[in-house]
Amino acid sequence: MAKITLNAVSKSYDKRAVLQNLTLTVDHGECFTLLGPSGCGKTVLLRLIAGFETPDAGVIHIGDDMVAKAGEASIPPDRRDLGVVFQDYAVWPHMSVFQNVSYPLKLAKAPPAELEEKTRKAIALVNMQGLEERLPSELSGGQQQRVALARALVAQPSIMLLDEPLSNLDANLREEMRFEIKELQHKLDITVFYVTHDQEIALAISDRMAIMDKKGKIRQIGTPVEIYEKPADLFVFNFVGVANFITVNKQGNTLYAGTGAQAIPWEMPEDIASAAMNWIAGCRPSDVIIARPASVDKSADKGADKYLRGVIKRASFLGAMMDYLVEIDGAHLRTALETHYAISNDLLFKEGDECAITFHNLHWFDAAHMSEITE
Amino acid sequence: MSYVRLVDVTKRFGEVTAVNKLNLEIAKGECFSMLGPSGCGKTTTLRMVAGFEDLDDGEIHVGERLLSSKKKGYYLPPEKRDFGMVFQAFAVWPHLSIYENVAFPLRIRKLPSAEIDSRTKTALKATNLLDVAKKSPEDLSGGGKQRVALARALAINPDVMLLDEPLSSLDPHLREEMRFEIKDLQRQFGFSIIYVTHDQAEAMALSDRILVMKLGVVQQIDTPMNIYRRPANKFVFSFIGLHNFLEVERKEGAYRLLAGEALDKNLTPPQDLATEARLTLASRPSEIDFVDDGGISGRVIRKSFLGEFVDYQITVGEQTVRVQKGRRTQGPEKDENCRLQLLHPVWYKVDE
Amino acid sequence: MSPTSPTSSAIKKDSGFGAAQIILTLSIGILVVVVAVPVLLIFLNAFWDNNNDFNLAAVVKVLSEPDTYQALLNSIIIACGTTLGSTAVGTFFAWLVTRTDLPYKKFMKGMFLVPFMLPSFIGALAWKMLLSPRAGYINRFFMDTLGFDNPIFNIYSYAGIVMVEIMYLFPFVFIQVCGALEHMDPTLEESARISGAGLGTITRKITIPLVLPSILSGALLIMLYSMAHFGTVAVLGIENGIFNIPTLIYEKIHQSAGSFESIRTGTVLASVLVITAAFIIWMQNKILGKGRYQIIAGKSFRPMELKLRGLRIPLLIFCLAYIGFTIVLPTAVIFLVGALPTYGLPFTLENLSLENYKFILFDFKVTRDAIFNSVTLGLAAALITMFAGVMISYVIVKMKVRGKGILEFLGMLPFSVPGSVIALGVILAWSGKFGINLYNTVWIILVAYIARYMAFSLKANSAALEQVHDSLVEAARACGATMWQALRDIVLPLVRPGMLAAFFLIFLPSLRELTVSIMLYAPTTRTIGVAIYTLNEDGETVRSAAMAGVALILIIVGQTLINRFTAKHKR
Repeated sequence: MAKITLNAVSKSYDKRAVLQNLTLTVDHGECFTLLGPSGCGKTVLLRLIAGFETPDAGVIHIGDDMVAKAGEASIPPDRRDLGVVFQDYAVWPHMSVFQNVSYPLKLAKAPPAELEEKTRKAIALVNMQGLEERLPSELSGGQQQRVALARALVAQPSIMLLDEPLSNLDANLREEMRFEIKELQHKLDITVFYVTHDQEIALAISDRMAIMDKKGKIRQIGTPVEIYEKPADLFVFNFVGVANFITVNKQGNTLYAGTGAQAIPWEMPEDIASAAMNWIAGCRPSDVIIARPASVDKSADKGADKYLRGVIKRASFLGAMMDYLVEIDGAHLRTALETHYAISNDLLFKEGDECAITFHNLHWFDAAHMSEITE
Repeated sequence: MSYVRLVDVTKRFGEVTAVNKLNLEIAKGECFSMLGPSGCGKTTTLRMVAGFEDLDDGEIHVGERLLSSKKKGYYLPPEKRDFGMVFQAFAVWPHLSIYENVAFPLRIRKLPSAEIDSRTKTALKATNLLDVAKKSPEDLSGGGKQRVALARALAINPDVMLLDEPLSSLDPHLREEMRFEIKDLQRQFGFSIIYVTHDQAEAMALSDRILVMKLGVVQQIDTPMNIYRRPANKFVFSFIGLHNFLEVERKEGAYRLLAGEALDKNLTPPQDLATEARLTLASRPSEIDFVDDGGISGRVIRKSFLGEFVDYQITVGEQTVRVQKGRRTQGPEKDENCRLQLLHPVWYKVDE
Repeated sequence: MSPTSPTSSAIKKDSGFGAAQIILTLSIGILVVVVAVPVLLIFLNAFWDNNNDFNLAAVVKVLSEPDTYQALLNSIIIACGTTLGSTAVGTFFAWLVTRTDLPYKKFMKGMFLVPFMLPSFIGALAWKMLLSPRAGYINRFFMDTLGFDNPIFNIYSYAGIVMVEIMYLFPFVFIQVCGALEHMDPTLEESARISGAGLGTITRKITIPLVLPSILSGALLIMLYSMAHFGTVAVLGIENGIFNIPTLIYEKIHQSAGSFESIRTGTVLASVLVITAAFIIWMQNKILGKGRYQIIAGKSFRPMELKLRGLRIPLLIFCLAYIGFTIVLPTAVIFLVGALPTYGLPFTLENLSLENYKFILFDFKVTRDAIFNSVTLGLAAALITMFAGVMISYVIVKMKVRGKGILEFLGMLPFSVPGSVIALGVILAWSGKFGINLYNTVWIILVAYIARYMAFSLKANSAALEQVHDSLVEAARACGATMWQALRDIVLPLVRPGMLAAFFLIFLPSLRELTVSIMLYAPTTRTIGVAIYTLNEDGETVRSAAMAGVALILIIVGQTLINRFTAKHKR
């Protein structure tokens, strides 16, 4: 059982605490992504699991084995049964593709026939057949990354640790490779622990994901849909996906958009009266419903007070999407419409046009937490 | 009224023809983008307009002025052309302060010092750099440096601004912000822009018209909306965004997927293609709907949640299509069957 | 993104406390014995008197003696003249071959780098043969054939010394400036052009200021080299009583056979050299660290070329003349004089023979010994220094053990200790003071070579090791390799080119070494450099020239082999 368990793990460098009292479980056979901003300590976590670092406090288990415990000798990385793929590939430049991939088997003293067979299989798995004798310098970035993947897989480890393996690739290749990694994981039934700052990859690849903040604290763990649709707090909401924030002013028990007097047409937070804090509303661009005021006014069930009246400040045509920046009494939000939908529903706005805004969904947050994301 | 005119402009590097008989007219105050993959000749064209490359054939005019002409053996060096230009790698001078970087073109022109000062300050103000004018550009981030380059190009108040991938060294967030800033500056100062990029979204968002180029040959010159909705050929279609190309064949009077089922009756090619035995049906992943009846049948082989939208890989017959739907749209699950309707397909010849 | 502290813990943990500590201790030990102790002894001798009291007054007294004071002044005059001249020449040629349409630029660039290869004291020797006031061939030609009353140029002068040093040192600036100009982002100049500036203005206002840090860094290198330079001044200056610091140290030690007073003077002068060198290196690091602009960038087009038009041919002729005058002429003179029976005879066919060459190669014990000594010393020094260098660099670059700071400091030391200082230092350290007396043996020269060339080895090996990213080793660990397996299979193969580079960087220069060996040689332990120098001193000019010719051939063949080899391994 390739389950990874971290219990109350802490790690500091030069007295700067990177991880504090962190507990986390990665289940067997799942693809688990650790998503966080640059420098948040997520790579440190991966290096602790790999055994390149030892924890200052806490215990790390892989399966039933305790691999590291603060203050005790730990199991070195070469005996942890892992595959690791690094951000910079770390393909050995003096060895051919075949030599790179077969190296783990050579160390394990595999018989020549088995070594040959397993290496060929791993190379085929990442679609690199025919390039066995090439040196890394003769390969593209994507190909080098595949070599690194094959090398990590060849000894059939039960766990793969991936540290930003795609961030040096161009967008197309990145997309292709992320599907390939996912496919390999299914095919080989291994546990994948993936570290990245790219939320798109994290959403696409994960069975479950954890969001880590700048201080190395985990804010939320859940499936991609849970993280996206039910963010635990403002940090998670802002970090994953495009976030709109609508500043509000509170008068009595009503919240008005921006500095104006249009009440937000959405259920108020429950403790609106009691809480002494300032509220802020958040939504995704796709949560914003934009319409022409005239068409909404005509329909009987929606009166003028059921929507917010705004002005298009900026209209950008981006190809598949129309991107509008809307101002509502000093509050700004962005909305994205599929171009063909905008065309067929007469929603091609020009700058300066008036529009009517309603919402599919709104989240309420404590405005004090805005400082977390604006620094 | 055309302002910048390129007539039969041709450039060869040894055996390779980088730009082939390019004709182009750009209006005063227009934002014109040249878009294409690397090596398509867009940068070479810009450099010919700037004067860094001579022509092998043709002429370039701006307003009343002749800039280059092969026939007349005329070539005005770049320093005499009075353009503003911004480069990909910023190219701000690290040994000069931000102020002196911007004042440089004015000092070269030996303007009176009071005028140098006022015009430098105008340019710095327009780019929000007035507060840091005394600093070295090395102290600024990439976006800041590119602002200095913009201010320097603005200082002489040029009629034409040449931008060579000015945003591709910046991170995506900043790229978007700077895009709007460039647009605002254009509104404020009224110059024409010739903009070179390989990023189609950038070109779409910024331009009045776009030129799509491939191997030195013009593929299409049109408004962003037309480029997107009515690409002149398969290359333009594929270059401008995600795409599906489905091959169809004509059998028993109707078009059907290659070795597959028939298309909807109302899906017919335009008159001039109606006689072809095989055609390509092009559509965007976002312009395909899931329907209960009609359309073509498919099976979901991959479904990924990407936040704002969900990405599907679907097999139809022997081919696969990609579909992207907003996250609020109900769609089939992995390994389920579904029916697809192409909303706005475009027909092309197979070998086009 | 990753934290700043990678590698280490794995190494620390698994190679075991003992192994890491042993390697560190060994590394520190080598540097202490080879470099630190000699330097320390020099400072002790200079600043502490017989009663073990710190005595600054005595130091001042030594420095204010007329001949030491004059030597100090001379060192500065010569260094400044050489630096200014070399910088001007180097920058001009660099600009010419990178920014203009001069014909045969590639060939020119290669030729301008040749002086790097040639030992400057052999050059000085050649110039002495050409321009010594009475016997020099050029002067004689002007006086005897053209009827001039006086020699046209006296090479035994400040001007002569500076001229010869410029010829051999300007490549330091040339190569730095060429690199900067070639890698500079062309859009930096293009944006000036589109701003309205012509090429002249761009060169003055943009190009030159941008490469200024490279120019300065090259200039400081020359300054450092010239201050501590022995050969040229020894060959051309001593005749006319012009001493600089290294030649005066030599004179003091050599003539007074190690009397207390002369050693005292020597150590004081050596201290001045070390302090100056340290200061220059500090300045250089400052300029390189902070002042060098980030002017290298992406998308590259050909940089603009200045059309020389009418000046194209005259400048071509000028360059060819320069190359002919500074490289071909002196080299030819060495070989020709080496073929004469007596110095001063005209170069007619019947005068020329290979007799001298035969004599020094086969019959003359002194020169045969010298060749044997230089080759074996070179091989031994190169091998030892290469291995020591790779170990020390590994500790500095890759390991994180307590006490590494000491090693980093010691590792800087070899860079700032000039040859004559090392020679004096090893005399102090290895003349029996600590129970081991190597003086007058070949071993003392070996120790001095190791100290002198340690800097080269550290530089080449650290550069190679820095290329070996930590993740390459970690990847091997994750594949199941132990620390030692990872070292054997990954690190060692990857640093091998760096080690080879270090070997050659040491072996070749040691073949022509003069500064250190001249202070340490005994009758049977002459090196090639010493043999050439002493033969010349003894008036055996033609044999000296023949020996110099042999040395040139050795150097050129060696260099060609290396170029072949590195070209093959770069692919």
